[in-house]
Order: sequence, then C-alpha cells, then structure tokens
Amino acid sequence: MSDLGSMYFGLFLLLATIGGAAVLTWFERRLLGIWQDRYGPNRLGPFGIGQVAADMIKLLTKDDWVPPFSDRVVFIFAPTTIVVAMMLGFAVVPFGPDLYVIDLNIGLLFFLGMTSLAVYSVLLAALASNNKYALLGGLRSAAQMISYEVFMGLSLMGVVMLTGSFSMRAIVEAQADLWNFIPQFLGLFTFMIAGIAESHRLPFDLPEAEHELTAGFHTEYGGMKFAMFMLGEYLGLILISCMIVALFFGGWLGPFLPPFVWFCLKTFVVICFFILLRAAIPRPRYDQLMTWGWKYMLPLTLLNVILTGGIALAMKA
Amino acid sequence: MLNAQVSNTNTTVDDLFARFGEHVFELQPTPDNTPTLWLDRAKLVEVLSHLKPEFPMLLDLFGIDERLREHRHPASSDFTVVYHLLNFSRCEEIRLKVGVAMGDLCVPTTVGVYPNANWYEREAWDMFGVEFSGHPNLRRILLPPTWVGHALRKDHPARATEMEPFSLDDEKQAREMEALTFRPEDWGMQRATEDAEYMFLNLGPNHPSVHGVFRIALQLDGEVVVDSVPDIGYHHRGAEKMGERQSWHSYIPYTDRIDYLGGVMNNMAYVMSVETLAGIKVPDRARVIRIMMAELFRISSHLVFYGTFAQDVGQMSPVFYMFADRERLFGIVEAITGGRMHPAWFRIGGVAQDLPKGWEKLMRDFIDSMPARLDHYQKMAMDNSILKQRTVGIGTYNTQEALDWGVTGPNLRATGMDWDLRRDRPYGGYEQFDFEVPVASNGDSYDRAVVRVEEIRQSLRIIRQCLDNMPEGPYKSEHRLTTPPPKENTLQDIETLIHHFLNVSWGPAIPAGEASVPIEATKGINSYHLVSDGGTTSYRTRIRTPSFPHLQQIPLISRGLMIPDLIAIIASIDFVMADVDR
Repeated sequence: MSDLGSMYFGLFLLLATIGGAAVLTWFERRLLGIWQDRYGPNRLGPFGIGQVAADMIKLLTKDDWVPPFSDRVVFIFAPTTIVVAMMLGFAVVPFGPDLYVIDLNIGLLFFLGMTSLAVYSVLLAALASNNKYALLGGLRSAAQMISYEVFMGLSLMGVVMLTGSFSMRAIVEAQADLWNFIPQFLGLFTFMIAGIAESHRLPFDLPEAEHELTAGFHTEYGGMKFAMFMLGEYLGLILISCMIVALFFGGWLGPFLPPFVWFCLKTFVVICFFILLRAAIPRPRYDQLMTWGWKYMLPLTLLNVILTGGIALAMKA
Repeated sequence: MLNAQVSNTNTTVDDLFARFGEHVFELQPTPDNTPTLWLDRAKLVEVLSHLKPEFPMLLDLFGIDERLREHRHPASSDFTVVYHLLNFSRCEEIRLKVGVAMGDLCVPTTVGVYPNANWYEREAWDMFGVEFSGHPNLRRILLPPTWVGHALRKDHPARATEMEPFSLDDEKQAREMEALTFRPEDWGMQRATEDAEYMFLNLGPNHPSVHGVFRIALQLDGEVVVDSVPDIGYHHRGAEKMGERQSWHSYIPYTDRIDYLGGVMNNMAYVMSVETLAGIKVPDRARVIRIMMAELFRISSHLVFYGTFAQDVGQMSPVFYMFADRERLFGIVEAITGGRMHPAWFRIGGVAQDLPKGWEKLMRDFIDSMPARLDHYQKMAMDNSILKQRTVGIGTYNTQEALDWGVTGPNLRATGMDWDLRRDRPYGGYEQFDFEVPVASNGDSYDRAVVRVEEIRQSLRIIRQCLDNMPEGPYKSEHRLTTPPPKENTLQDIETLIHHFLNVSWGPAIPAGEASVPIEATKGINSYHLVSDGGTTSYRTRIRTPSFPHLQQIPLISRGLMIPDLIAIIASIDFVMADVDR
C-alpha cells in the first residue's frame, strides 16, 4: 500500500474503530439482554440503535468536573492514554493482504507494547484520583497486569516460532495451509485469558469490580473522561479480538468472500464470544486470579513454548 | 391463679424457684403463656448465667417505658428491661423483666453471658436512656450521636409537628459533620503498627453491595480486613414509635416495610400477636391462605437473595432470571391481594378478601414451572466453580457461635442446626403440612445459599399442599375484634353494627396484656412483642427482627479475609436494612 493510501486507511480505521466501539456498547447490551431474558435498550430508533447517539449526547454534555483533591494534570491525561495506546495498536492489524496502516517487521511486539502502555492509563487514573477505592483498583490493576503481561507475550511466541517472523502480515500468510489455532491451541487459550485480563472485562474486571470497589480506578471520573475509559475498554476488546483472528484464525483468509469481510466476520464472532463470557462467569477473587496467572497460566505458556520450539526444531531436522 | 398454673406446668420456672427461691421472682400472666418473671437487677446476671445452658439464645432485649401505663404489673417501676430467651430442644421461651426507677436507670450488662446483648443494650440505651453498667461500648446505635433525648420514651415527641421546625445553621452543620468523623481509637483500633499504617475504608452507606444503607468502616492492611465496625441506623424510621400512634389495624401496612422483601410474612407475625392478645381464633381457610401467601413471599425473598448473591460475587446474569420469576410471582400476589411487594393484606382475625376466582390456575402454573427453573439456576450459579471458590469456607461460624450471636433462620440451619419453628413449634397451622427442613453443615457463605435454595423447593411443596387442600369456609373470624368485621352481619343486629363502626373508625380496643408470637420469617425469627393497655393503639410495639443480630457478627466472621470475601459474606447473610433499623 502506498503512503497516501495507508494514511487514508488510517483515517478510515480511526473513525471505524471509534464508531465500532460506540455501536458495540449498544450491541453488547442487546446481546446481554437476549441472554438474560430481557430486552436491553430497544426504544430509540430501529432495534434501539439510536441509544448510541443518545448516550453520546449525554456523555458529551455532562459537566466536565475535576475533583479539587485530585492531581489535575494527570487526572485529565490518564483517560487519553488508554484511547491513544489502543488506537495505535490497530496500526499493525492486517485487515487484508493489502489493507493495513503499516506492516512493521516487529508488528507483534508493537502491539504488545501498546497494550502495555494502556496499563499506565489505569494506574495514573487511580493515583491521580486520590480516592481509596481508586487506589485499591489501581493496586489490583498493577498486580493483575504484571502477572498477565508476562504470559501474554509468551503465549504468542509459539506463533512467532511457527512463522519465523514478528510481522503480522507474514503471520497471517503463514496460516494459508493450517490455521494456528490447531497447533497453537494452548497459545490461543492462554492468550485469550490474558486478553480479557488486559482489557479488564468481566470476569477479570477486578480493577473496577463494581460490587467491591464501586467503580474502582474510575470512581472519580464522569462525563467525557469516563467515556474515554469506556471507549478504551471497547477498543481494547475489538483490538484483542482482531489479534486473535489474525494470530490464530487465519486473519483475512477464507473462501468466496473478500478478505476484509472474512476478517470482520471472524472478529465479530470472537467479540460475541467475549460478551458471552461476560454474561456467564463470576469474578474470581484477586488472589485467586494471581494464583491462576502464576501457577497455571505461566507454566502452560512455557510448556507451549518448549513443545512448539522442540517440534519446530525436529521438523526442520 | 395463672401464676400457679404456669409454675406448676413449667419445669424451668420450678427449677428457678428451687434454685433461687420463690421470693426472688414474681410471675406475670401473659396471654401468650410465655413464662414472664420479674426479678431484681442484682440477681439478673446470676439468673441469666444459670439459664444459659438451658436457653442458649438471647432472642431479644428491649425496654418499656411504663410511666403512662395503666395496667401495670405491681412489680414494675418507671422503666422495664425485658430479656427474652429461647430454648431449642423444648422450643420454649422465657421472659425476664427488670424494673428500674427514673433517677436510677441502671442495669448490669449481660454482654458477658450473651455476646449479642451488646447491640441490644446499646439500642435500649439509645431509645430509653437505660444505662448498662459494665457495657464495653455504650453509645447510640440507631439514632445519630448528636440526638437529644431518648426516642421511645413516652415524653419524646413522635411527630415533626410536635417539635420546633427543623433548622440547620453553619454551626450545627459543623457539629454534625464532626460527629460523623470516624476515629479508629474509639473502636479499639490502631492507626498504625511499627512498620506500616492501616488504611481505613468507609464502605457505605452508599455502596452497590451493602444492600441498602449499611455502612461498615474497615481497617485494612492492603486488601485484607483487619477489623471492621458495622454502623447502622441510616434506615431507622421509628417503626416502633409509630406503633404507639397507629391503631392496631392501621399499623399493618407499616409491618410490610420492616422486612420489605417479606411482604405479608411481616403481617403474619404482627396479626398473630394481636390475635393472641385479643383471643381471636382464625378460621381454617384464613390460616391456610396465610401460610400460602407467606410461603410465596418466602420464595420471593429467597429469589432476590439468590440473584443478588450470584451478582455480588460478580456473576452478572442469574439475577435477571430470578427477577423474572419474581415478577411472575408478583403477578399472582397482585391477582390475589391487589398489591405487589407490600400488600398489607392480612387482617386481625383473617385476611382482607377471599381468594379470587381462578387463583388456582395461576398458582399451579407457577409452582409447576419453578422446579425446572431452579434446576437450571443450580447449574448456572450454585455449581459454578468460581462461585464456589469465592464462597466455600468464607465467613464460617459454627452452631455455638451462631447461638451466642442470636443467629436464626437459614443462617443458623447452615451451621448444621436442624431447627425450624414451623416444624418444631408449629404456629398458624403449619403442623398440618408436610415439608422438610433443609440443613447444611459448614456454616459458610456457600452453605447459607444452599439452605435457601432448598427452602424455595420446600416452600413450593407447602404451597402445593395449600392448593390441593384449601378448606372452604369464612376467610375472617366471627370474633367481635376482627377488623374490619364481616360486613354481612352488620345489617342484622345493632350490636355488630356498633362494633363495626367502632372498629373501623377508632380501631379495635385490644384487651390489656403482653404477647409475642415468634415466626420463622424469610430471614430468621421475627416477632412483635405487643403491649396493650386496653386501648385502640399499642402501648409498646417491639419488633424483633432477624437481621439485627446477623449484622452484629459480621466483624467476627470477616477478620483476616479480603474485601471481596466481605462482599460475599454480606451477600450470603441476606439482610435488608429496614429489617435491621426498623
């Protein structure tokens, strides 16, 4: 893709992902409604889709309040970080053979870097709020992210070994014969769990944990600044789903339909799966989550790396 | 005469007479036949310690202001403190009464004998100004610390119109704010150890998971709860004080709002006490209707518990299913009573109306569909491994601790105590029903849920028996104090017309006396100790609610656990704040 072309695509992506995240808020509520024997927002516009606009108007017109006891600069800066980091993460996602913003040779590492940056958003928000619930949320977030970052990266090493490249495009193309989720099912499993933890959604929404910490790290946030966190969360959800599709389910590959459509369809299915998880699973306790991460997930990813490496070496020989 | 009868038939009283001498006690006859003994405060602790092995639970402790009472017992003084004890093996109760005079309002504390006396004594101090010497922490509990006067004294105003208009100037506001400051030292907590400071977290009164306006101040080391102080009273609405103004009849709607998830279950405890005072026998049909509606509300309350329990451990969906069921249940309640959550439908001497045409079908459809849905919920919530991880072994207490702290109902049965008033001392007609009493063994948060889930099934069973065997006959007693009285007779003779007129305009005048009828309500033992002075209103209405003692023991079972565990414990205890604060 030419520079100009990728610039245009970047712009399109910016609007599409933000729009997608906004629609996703409505879609998730409808879907949860169906699974929970109720309607969800169904009043405004066809199927209630006008709710998206109504919510947006509400959030945009809310009082933009900064608590006097907070650290003002950081308080405002924090929610932007998560949105920026997540948006940047989309730059390396290959939506089609020629449909991406940039094809970095370290694309995967770039993605991991960006999601790690998003963690700062939560931490800074928690610290800047100067609120005890936020502080507890921040503590949980720090611990959760450190534990889950570790094997998030490691869980993808199997894929990298099979491909021999960090480039996202190369990874998708290498799946032409066999999608990675078959040889890399352990990788998929661990990455998915790390992904939910990373986008801190139920069941891993411990930094927020409404029932325990009221709203956790964003207790003091309201209006647009709160909306930024929501946007960040949904962008994160879309990004993780896109990555799962690209890394394990053959990205844009598929018969008959155009590549971009295939990619979107697969991402949609993964997103639905994430929403289903949210509807179905209770929240583990913070120390149970840590135990899970370090005692089960990390050894599992290491096992995956050793096995994949061994098999790859053996096949080469 | 009755003194002799009671003492002849009651072994506990005989035993007390033999041990301490008959001159120490004075027997007071009561319409509910619960042995009621007056004694001197000097002997109180000794007698209670003697009774403790036999009567392991202090069911209730409260005060009565006797100063305006006409039908007073000769042994009484200006104020009375009542100790209500419960024995489980023989299902017996006993009341001890201590009279204190105005200038010398002091009673020795009984915290050393019954630990749960702590909050009750604070409440009696708060409401009547009776001091309990030796009490570890005698301060106000339901009213704010800045309150002036003791609200349940007869000379304390009950209505805003009897007082000066309320005003809040800057100085007063500052004083109120100052009084709200949490000082850990007041509760025996350290602010810091040698190497670390504790964090004090104010959980509530506005918090998503405290089920109402309940505040609990936490002393935290990281996320570990070192100690906690429950703070109640935010939901206090003076329900007991209102009982002294409302007529016997018009107080019924207030009872609905005590355990506001229990609906007519509250009416049941209240009207049964009034009927005991008045000597009304309720016809069979009314008895069965009452049991059916009460069990329906037990299901409703337990469904709310089930859903919010799952929700508080972070499971999002179950609560919606349970509320959908509850909605259908309320449809039936509405068809029968006209109301939904608070039908106020029981009457002194019966129920408000007869069952409407077609109620059987509604009820049968509901109870037929529920078992399958409960199976579904079992798989969805109770069998979920994360939910188990979050609740098994969390917030554990054993039977002895439960008895010491006044824990009743499902929370007591979760410890393995196989005891249920409905079966072991049937009231209101429960002896005719066939049902099991679910019991668990570990006394942890999970078991408390298990017991309740099984109770839903047993309640369905009871309702089915009501459906199959609903007796014919009147839904109201013919007794002259039945309110409102059966209308048909009023046009026949002048006597009934007069009663009708008086009972409806002034309200019935209930004969003087004292009675309480404990019932197995949705959350534990609920009873209304009613004192009648022969008038159209109650002289004293004491509401014994199960949730009050349940909250008192939260600090004990949550020490050393984490905040999420505390939330699981709060969810599993199943309380509503109106039931605590009244």
